[in-house]
Amino acid sequence: MNIVSFAPLAVVLPILGAALTFVLIRHSRAQRAVSITLLSLTLLLECVLLASVWDGGTAAVNVGGWLPPWGIVLVVDQFSSLMLVVSSSVSLAVLVYATGQGMADGDQDAPLSIFHPTYLILVAGVSNAFLSGDLFNLYVGFEILLTASYVLMTLGGTGPRIRAGVTYVVVSVVSSILFLIAIAMIYGATGTINMADLAIKLADLDPGTRMLLHVMLLVAFGIKAAVFPLSFWLPDSYPTAPAPVTAVFAGLLTKVGVYAMVRTETLLFPGDSLNTPLMVAALLTMVVGIMGALAQSDIKRLLSFTLVSHIGYMVFGLAMSSVAGLGAAVFYVTHHITIQTSLFLVTGLIERRGGSSSIDRVAGLAKLSPVLALLFFIPAMNLAGIPPFSGFLGKLGLLQAGVQLGTPLAYALVIGGVLTSLLTLLAIARVWNRAFWRKPEDAENPDPVLLAAPEDAETGDRAGKRNVTLLPRTMVGSTMGLVAFGVALTVFAGPLFRVADQSAVEMLDRTSYIQAVLGEHAPVPPIAQEGRK
Amino acid sequence: MSVNLTLLTVMGALYACGIYLIMERSLTRVLLGLMLLANATNLLILATGGYAGLAPMFSKDTDPGDYSDPLPQALILTSIVISFAVTAFMLGIIYRTWVLARQDEIQDDVEDIRVAETPSFDAEDDAEIPVETSEFPLTMIGSDGRGISDSGISDGGASGASRASDGGASGASDGGASDGRDGGIATVKVGDRKIAAEDAAAEEQPGSQNVIAGPEGGVK
Repeated sequence: MNIVSFAPLAVVLPILGAALTFVLIRHSRAQRAVSITLLSLTLLLECVLLASVWDGGTAAVNVGGWLPPWGIVLVVDQFSSLMLVVSSSVSLAVLVYATGQGMADGDQDAPLSIFHPTYLILVAGVSNAFLSGDLFNLYVGFEILLTASYVLMTLGGTGPRIRAGVTYVVVSVVSSILFLIAIAMIYGATGTINMADLAIKLADLDPGTRMLLHVMLLVAFGIKAAVFPLSFWLPDSYPTAPAPVTAVFAGLLTKVGVYAMVRTETLLFPGDSLNTPLMVAALLTMVVGIMGALAQSDIKRLLSFTLVSHIGYMVFGLAMSSVAGLGAAVFYVTHHITIQTSLFLVTGLIERRGGSSSIDRVAGLAKLSPVLALLFFIPAMNLAGIPPFSGFLGKLGLLQAGVQLGTPLAYALVIGGVLTSLLTLLAIARVWNRAFWRKPEDAENPDPVLLAAPEDAETGDRAGKRNVTLLPRTMVGSTMGLVAFGVALTVFAGPLFRVADQSAVEMLDRTSYIQAVLGEHAPVPPIAQEGRK
Repeated sequence: MSVNLTLLTVMGALYACGIYLIMERSLTRVLLGLMLLANATNLLILATGGYAGLAPMFSKDTDPGDYSDPLPQALILTSIVISFAVTAFMLGIIYRTWVLARQDEIQDDVEDIRVAETPSFDAEDDAEIPVETSEFPLTMIGSDGRGISDSGISDGGASGASRASDGGASGASDGGASDGRDGGIATVKVGDRKIAAEDAAAEEQPGSQNVIAGPEGGVK
């Protein structure tokens, strides 16, 4: 009995939690306890899974005892278990933050009590997508997380959320249908949907057919991952959702798309000549995204645009299809999930403390709440890639890999990457200057909360005290935990980069994956060499 | 692999109608379009299973090639369940839109339009900042080289000097208020009228009685 046999629990535990919290819908305290306990257990299990493959190797579980390629198979390797651990840590932090917010606001009755079951189903969908070794199961994972995300996106059913929800739902459904069409085509062409089996059988197909299937999958995943020009929906829909929801969406959902792209590129269609279009898409994603961020005055929208922009870095690393590039991309995904989520959580705190998330209205927060300033500053500098943070290390790895590749397009991407990093710094510095350093009196239309006289040290009196919403300790604590996790990624960047590089070697080699799923005697086809440097 | 032509034709028609419908602005039509697309895809999956054969109930006497492929049907079943959930959710959204806005249309993002219409000039970031040249800033030189008076704190001879340079500078911007002393009361020139310095100072303070807060800034 191997520890990896328990991998399905990473999906089952959150679903069990969802069922329990749904039953306990009238008991908010029990609901909170159940969801936090079960998510912690899931995280613990995933840490054990990561530890079991930390030194390399791949393990597969046949769900229900059906042998591959007929049954559904879950695959645990370094990349998938690393993604699981990071995504669950982030989800746990956001869950604690959301419960803190719920307790502070006192909204303990329906419909917000639906939050816990839906959230846990979202986590289950994300875990399923990361673990899946079967193309259709990957689709089901996507659908689980998307359907849960529709509900979370429109939570409360206010006008703006419904408006944003419509765009989001329609775009997601269309991308899912594209994915399903691609699956049907692939099944029609090869007669299998097991990814390891496909890796062998797709190699025998006619290059034209293979290219068609490849492009269809990439377009479907490109919409989910918000790669330019398929990213238009993201900044429209994310900012209106409640702060914890936006945070977890920004951290996880697009990264599931990136994960699927990585698997497509490395496992299913290695060495096909789509690297050049991918690189161009990466460059455009980076530059166009960050240009959008510069125009925004709402912090949430600004962060949504930086999210789109930084997806470009990951696609860049993927498109190089070298060990250095792919390893850096894996590291960058890990870093970006954590940092982007913490920034959105901090924005939720800013909105709470300053009454608005528009940088025209918020001001003087550095003086009002130094802790908040610190919590914003660290991930913000990390996002912009200032040394010594993990954002810098990830970008450095990507740029090194780009220079190593040495083609003109790679150099263009290196320059684009540096430029994007600088422009991110500019966008973030604008937020910092206005929301934190500017005096409230200088703001165009400051919120009355900001103008309340500072606390009198002697009497503890606070003028306009009723207006000032203090930050609940749970919310600040969970944000602090996530920021600390981001800093830990910097501190332990060495071992992490080693694992990322090793996972890149294994993904590009494919032997470990295919043999773990199909048995030790499965033939590993040579990689089609066209278009590969 | 043999393919059923009727199925393929129906599938094509469904895709065509579905794509046409999701381009519409009315939400109900978009929903209908999505349903057609999902069903067309189901037919596509069915077509990948090849010709219709025997029910896949295992018996040793039957040649394996005679069975229908059961996998596409399992996939279709899953995809039907998923599209059912999505359709139900979309209906809920459409109903909610109707309750909220009494219309069944996809609406534009207000913030998007606002950002698009915002001029590139940002008063806070891009306004001219006077260059300070002296250690005691009584008169400052603007970037155009002309003097900009420092209102309020000047007196005596310095006041006279600054007033002399006011002619060109006042009215150049809102901030270019000149100071004057009429009958011992300090006044500030605002635009084309003069108000007492104390009133002007009060207006500078937030929460002033003279200013009614409005969503687009203070309104006097």
